[in-house]
Amino acid sequence: MTTAPDTKAAPTPRASLVRGLALRWDTAVGVLLVSVLVVGLGSTEGFGSSENLAFAFNDIAEVAIIALPMTLLVVAGQVDLSVASMLGLGSALTGALWEAGWAFETIVPVVLLVGVAGGLLNGWLVTRVGLPSLAVTIGTLALYRGLASVALGSDAVTDFPQAYADWAVDTTTVPGTFLTYPVLLFVVLAAVTAVVLHATGLGRSLFAIGAQEEAAYFAGIRVKRIKLLLFVVTGLFSAFAGVVFTLRYGSARADNGLGFEMLVIASVLLGGIDFDGGKGTLFGAVAGVLLIGVLKNLLTLNDIANEVQVIVTGLLLVASVLTPRIIAAVVERRHRRAANTPVPPSS
Amino acid sequence: MMLRNAAGRRAVATAATAVSLALALTACSGTTKDSEDTGGEKVAGSVKADPDAPLKKGLKIAFLPKQINNPYEKIVDEAGIAAAKEYGGTGKEVGPSDANASSQVSYINTLIQQRQDAILIAANDPNAVCGPLKQAMKKDIKVVAYDSDTAKDCRQLFINQASSEQIGRSLVQHLGEQLGYKGKVAILSATQNATNQNTWIEFMKEELKLPKYKDMELVKVAYGDDADQKSFQQTQGLMQAYPDLKGIISPTTVGIAAAARYLSDSSYKGKVVLNGLGTPNQMRTYVKDGTVEQFSLWNPEELGYLGSYAAAALASGQITGAEGEKFTAGKLGDYTIGKDGEVILGEPTVFDSKNIDQFNF
Repeated sequence: MTTAPDTKAAPTPRASLVRGLALRWDTAVGVLLVSVLVVGLGSTEGFGSSENLAFAFNDIAEVAIIALPMTLLVVAGQVDLSVASMLGLGSALTGALWEAGWAFETIVPVVLLVGVAGGLLNGWLVTRVGLPSLAVTIGTLALYRGLASVALGSDAVTDFPQAYADWAVDTTTVPGTFLTYPVLLFVVLAAVTAVVLHATGLGRSLFAIGAQEEAAYFAGIRVKRIKLLLFVVTGLFSAFAGVVFTLRYGSARADNGLGFEMLVIASVLLGGIDFDGGKGTLFGAVAGVLLIGVLKNLLTLNDIANEVQVIVTGLLLVASVLTPRIIAAVVERRHRRAANTPVPPSS
Repeated sequence: MMLRNAAGRRAVATAATAVSLALALTACSGTTKDSEDTGGEKVAGSVKADPDAPLKKGLKIAFLPKQINNPYEKIVDEAGIAAAKEYGGTGKEVGPSDANASSQVSYINTLIQQRQDAILIAANDPNAVCGPLKQAMKKDIKVVAYDSDTAKDCRQLFINQASSEQIGRSLVQHLGEQLGYKGKVAILSATQNATNQNTWIEFMKEELKLPKYKDMELVKVAYGDDADQKSFQQTQGLMQAYPDLKGIISPTTVGIAAAARYLSDSSYKGKVVLNGLGTPNQMRTYVKDGTVEQFSLWNPEELGYLGSYAAAALASGQITGAEGEKFTAGKLGDYTIGKDGEVILGEPTVFDSKNIDQFNF
């Protein structure tokens, strides 16, 4: 993964490139990611081997895939906590249907359809019934995980066709690279998502909805329709991630991906997507998810205990929420001083 | 904020139609459970065992428990790490903080990158860890499962704490000696469909058929569901239904502790013999106050010790994991590899008032 400079998200030319970079959290995360990679290559034996890099990125493939639609949701001021449960439901269904003798080529579309249905339910409850997405998806988080347990119980289904399993594992890479196929797929989906978010009218609508939903509505943006679509896409991607996860581990279980929703949301927040909506870049979210993955791999290779890893991730998250706000406050104060205006009460 | 939902519905309908179409296209033919060869490739065991090879110095072995804060496995792992010091190697324990099926996988990968000589794993899921473990074996890293086995072709050895037959028969033998082979006995088990419990109980019944037990009668198998309170009540129920009951076997650590608690406060204390599988820390009070004379359990320290030596023997080329090969596990003596690469630790350790203070788990 290289960190190509993100040009699309800068609407106006900056007076100073350095100042511009320092002010942008997503760039900072990108720089941090590169630094971690460089430090890892220099300090840790085995980190830079192509098989380790293949593994490190493949290990977060599902989280990364779900982080894409999650970025769009958060930009639009919504959130979906049911994604990991949908992943589990996708995995459990894959197992149950395979066990029942279905063809794998039939199972995948059925699972995707279930993902669409789950996303529809989330979206319907949010847009039609008018409930907040946090509350709705806490409910469906439990619901979808429950359905997963109903589908497969506490069993594990493991005898998936070798050809499909080989597609997902980290020992199979695109010839000549350390990119595994799930990661390659993520790269393609990320490119599409980046274009949608930063280069289309739909993407601009998302920012508008996230910034001021009512204003967006009166500006003629079809708020509910777009929100519904986002939840459906999120459900679809999550169910698909369930299939990838199942193949990668060669094991379908109802508890697969338990707790992944927090990883996904952490990645998105770490990437500088404002939880209040309306701000952020896809580049930031991608850098965030890769940073979490690479950092975990590097810390594990150095035998750093899991508890410490959790603390490091937590501190990074707090920093990601706090730092942009501190910078903004400092800049604002400087502006005020420069303009020599009386200080208004903070809003 | 009302909006025309027909449009929204249309967008969703389009998505659904697209997926359905893909479904219809693929539904006619495809890969099913029956059509595809799903067997993984066998790891080639081309290397010959050299039983006289010395244990290599400086071996690096790693224990990967189900989760890092599992107290039982911590004892196992620490004993294994201590054993590694004994033969001039180094051991360590790494692992996830949750016992999720997939969370061990990233640790296996990093152990491969660190070029460990052997990985000892208590698998959370016999299959989810298979791919990475096979990869480890391809890179000549030896894999030993302990406590909880992986699929058979994903490890070279499984260190089994005790055979089911040994556990079942030895518990009846011990109780028989305590009772002078006379009187009514009952079993307090966990849940009605617990596989290991039922296997042990089958062997107990087999043992009871032997002529020397002709004056002992098994009157009931009660189920406490491995819940403390239910096990307590079941014990109470047993004593009310069979006031002349002489002995109880509880082959579960929860059951035996609950039964002991009931007996210690009742008039049956000292009159009913309680035996079974328990941990020294749970049972210490009841052994000291005379409610329980003795109980058994495999010794987790010996399990780790044996696993550590087995891994070293594999990494030194003394054994390859084939049935019938022999190796020496330090102070525990000689072991022979059984069917499916299983090594059995041996008879469970019997704990009584004389030795219980030497154990802390």
